Order: sequence, then structure tokens, then C-alpha cells
Amino acid sequence: MSSSSLLKKKQNRSFVFWGIIFFIVISFCIGGLYYCTLKIDYTWRWYRVPQYFYYNSETKIESENTGIVDLINKKDTEIVITIIDDNGEVHQYSCLEKNVHIEIAKGDYVFKGDILLTYNKWKVGILLQGLWLTLKVSIIASLFGMVIGIFTGFARISSNPAFKWFAITYIEIIRGSPLLVQIFIWYFVLGTLINTLLTQYGLLLIPPLWFGIASLATFTGAYVAEIVRAGIQSINKGQTEASRSLGMTYVQSMTYIIFPQAFRRIIPPLAGQFISLVKDSSLLGIIAIRELTKATREVVTTSLQPFELWFVCAILYLVLTFTLSMLLQYLEKRMINS
Amino acid sequence: MIDVKNIYKTFFVPHRVDALVNVTAKIKAGEVVVIIGPSGSGKSTFLRCLNRLDTANKGNIFIDGIDVLHPSTNINLVRAEVGMVFQSFNLFPHKTVKENVSLAQQIVRKRPQKEYQEITMSLLKKVGIEDKKEVYPSQLSGGQQQRVAIARALAMNPKVMLFDEPTSALDPEMISEVLDVMKELAKDGMTMVVVTHEMGFAREVADRVIFMDQGSIVEVGTPEHFFKTPEHARTKLFLKQIL
Repeated sequence: MSSSSLLKKKQNRSFVFWGIIFFIVISFCIGGLYYCTLKIDYTWRWYRVPQYFYYNSETKIESENTGIVDLINKKDTEIVITIIDDNGEVHQYSCLEKNVHIEIAKGDYVFKGDILLTYNKWKVGILLQGLWLTLKVSIIASLFGMVIGIFTGFARISSNPAFKWFAITYIEIIRGSPLLVQIFIWYFVLGTLINTLLTQYGLLLIPPLWFGIASLATFTGAYVAEIVRAGIQSINKGQTEASRSLGMTYVQSMTYIIFPQAFRRIIPPLAGQFISLVKDSSLLGIIAIRELTKATREVVTTSLQPFELWFVCAILYLVLTFTLSMLLQYLEKRMINS
Repeated sequence: MIDVKNIYKTFFVPHRVDALVNVTAKIKAGEVVVIIGPSGSGKSTFLRCLNRLDTANKGNIFIDGIDVLHPSTNINLVRAEVGMVFQSFNLFPHKTVKENVSLAQQIVRKRPQKEYQEITMSLLKKVGIEDKKEVYPSQLSGGQQQRVAIARALAMNPKVMLFDEPTSALDPEMISEVLDVMKELAKDGMTMVVVTHEMGFAREVADRVIFMDQGSIVEVGTPEHFFKTPEHARTKLFLKQIL
């Protein structure tokens, strides 16, 4: 056997060995955790988790009157119950749901609060609602953050002192204070101000969700601005010189030459920033926005199954961030190929 | 065509460097002027001052009668009339060869599509690169890239072409293909200002040679005079070192 194939064999053996080590350590960690929970008599009840995603709820339609059931009319999709009360007034109850169970019969005397109909319906659970809200908040805040970031990034490198100083002030304030504090300021200071003023003028109030989104968008915007600035400055000065020497204006040179090149470079750091944003949205729970973390916290207090639910919560965030990073990786590859 | 009067340019990088000291030169239409000199002598700065990529601190520059340094001059219009070719090509890497040549025609000259496509194709043919029109610059050799860069500058129908060491970044065997394009251009009567170390080109094509050292013009003359009977000691020393 040649020495090169021997070397290859040795490398393969080493690869397999360390691969096995990896899996052993991982299993040991999981096993250890499980063992510890057994020690404190924690009962794992994974079967209780799915109901927080999707559950079958029984809905009851109660009578609001006291009287005699006069008629039960079943059409193709609709059930109509007519009750005539003691004063001779006619009340109708109709239901359009499927799989309806009728709890009374014609001629029954029903009291107020008696159950007329029951039906089962699948409903979206609180965790899935929270996940959806997290996704929604992240997407909207990313879009706004992106727009703010691009504008601020250009302002940051502008030779106009007003633009430049506005950009620097904004970036430094945002980057220098904790997101949690910024959320409080948006909600308790700006939110109170804006909504109080709106009430004074008799206008509609802005719901807390939008202050949460605003805080995330301005926070991300500052970081995106720095990423954009770095991306633009990383493009060779020769590109600007070449485009300007052809008679292009500053704006043309930026739009056609510099920014398209910079954009390719800033996709990976942007991906990181947006993934951070998804995770940072978990802080919005403190201003009563029921995103994934807040939803999990609520479920934990009612179900008393913190171990399962917090793991599920983490996995759901992982699904979001991993999908996002895959998406941006795909985008990056496509841009490089074109 | 080009009238440069007593220009000064000082850089602070961060120490003071006097790149141009009281430079005066006149270049007539159709003339090919080659600027030579040791590195750091201000040749490139002189060239870059002509289209205000660098702004001269003092003095006057007129191109076709337009005061380049006047605040009310629309420099973009001047630059469109002055083609420039760089040492490092500076092609737009995210655009194909064709797009590189046609972009400025489209957005600066605002030519209709049919017109700029025709001009682009005829220029690519002129520099001998029409078969690579859909290719990205990174797939071209240095010589091919520089020829595209020349076509890109020519597409604006410039009155003057400035060449900033166009062959210095090229592999030796690719220098001639670029120089041939430049010679062709000179033959067509283009006004050219060329900073180069190619003495053969200077001797063969130049109408005048300008020798610069330490930010000043030391000697100006025909190639004949310049290479055979230089007057200044500095010029003699320089020629002795390179020839």
C-alpha cells in the first residue's frame, strides 16, 4: 500500500474518532440534564406542549332567555333555534359551525344560561400566536431598520456637517444605551407623549405594539448604518474616481457603482444584525406585547411545565434565526453568481 | 485646449507635501503630450488636477476655455469631456464589459438605447475586445481590462484623454496591446496627456515630452530634443538611470 493511501486511512480514522467523541459528549450532556431532573422529581410531560400550539376547544352557545324551544331548523349549513319567552317574544339563535351538537329538543323549557348548542373547533394556541407576533415584529422592524440604516449610513459619510452630525448623534445614542432602556423610553416617555397629544386632538391612539416596533427599528437602524458605512468605505476609492471621471454625479456614482458593490459585502453582517433583532424582540414582553417569550412565560405560569416550554421556546427562536440565516446565505450566493 | 497657469497643490498626509509647485503648461488640440519623471514628481497629481479629481490650491486651469477651478463650473460636464484611464483600470466589477462602456453614455450623456449600443459595440471593436462583451472584468486579463477602460472613456466622446500610467500594472507581454490602442488613438488626432514610464511610446508617439521633478516642470521639448540633447542636469541623470 502506498504511503499516501496509508496517510488517508489514518486521517479517516482520526475523523471517525473525533466524530464519535462529539456525539458522546452531546449525549452525555443531554443524559446528565435528564438525570438531574429525575433527581428533583421533575415529571416531564411533553404531551402537554402541543395544546399550546393548536387545540380543540369546545364552544357552548347559551340561552339568554327563559322560554320554550319553539323550533329547531336545520338547513344545509345553518342551525336556527327559535325560543319564545314567557312574554311571547321570539328570540332566534343561529349557528354556522360544523359538527354542532344540539343539547335541547323541541318543546323543552330552557332557562337563561342553559346550553343550547356545543361544537368543537381547532384554535391557534398561545405559543403559535406568540411566534407569529415575534415574526411579524421582526419583519416590520427589519424593514424600517434597513431603511433608517441606509439613510443614516449615507448621512454618516456625507460631507454635509448637519447630516453627518445628526447621524453620529443618533448612532452614538442608540449604541451607547441598553435596548431595554430604549424600549422603556419609547413606551413610557414617547408613547405617553404621543398618545396623550393624540387624545387631545381626538385622534386614534397608537397601540403599544408600534412603539415596540419603533424601538427595535431605531435600534437596528443604528447598527445597520454602521454596517452600510463600513461597506461603502470598503469599496476601492478607484471606483469612485472612475465613475466621477466619466462625469457621473455623486448620487449616480453611489447608486450605480458604489452601493451595488457595497451591498454584496454587507449581506453577511446584515444577516447577523437581523438575527440579533429576532432575539432582541424577546424584550418586548416587558411592555405587554405578547411575543414568543412573553407567551411562553404566560403558559409556564398556568401549566407549571417550565422545562419543556422554555426548551420549546428556545427551539422556536432557533427555527426562526436558522431560517433567516439560510435565506440570506441563499441571497448572497445568488448575488455572487450573477 | 488645455491651459494650466501657475498651479500649486499641497497635500497634508499628515506632513506637508508640495506635490505641484507653480506648474504652467499649454496643450494644443490634437497634441500628444507625454509626462515623465521619477515617482513622487507630481505627474499623476498634475493629471488628476486637470479634471479636478484633485483640486489645485492655487492657479488656473482652463479646458476648452472652461475655468475648471471656478466654483460655478459644473465639474461633471467638464469631466464628461475629459476621458481618464487609470493605472489600476478601475473597471466596475459588477457590470459586464458592455455595461461598463455603456453605463455613462446612458446616465450621463442620456443617449437613447440604440445609439449607445452602437457606440459601445464599435468602440469594443476598435479596442479589439468585442467577443468579450458579455464577460465580467474579473475574467479578463490586465491588458484586456485596460482596453475596456479606454473604450469606456472614449464612449463619452471626450475632447481630451488623460492616461495615468496605463501600462504600469500590466504584465510585460500585455503592454504592447494597450500601447497599440493608444497609438491608434493618437493617429486619429485625439488630444492626449499620458503619464508613463514607456520611453519607447514617448519617443514614437509624443509631440512633446514634459519632464517633471519634485512638483515642477524641469524640461519640455520634442522627443528628439528630449532624448538626444537634454539640457538640464536632472533630466540627464534621469535618462541615464532609465535608459
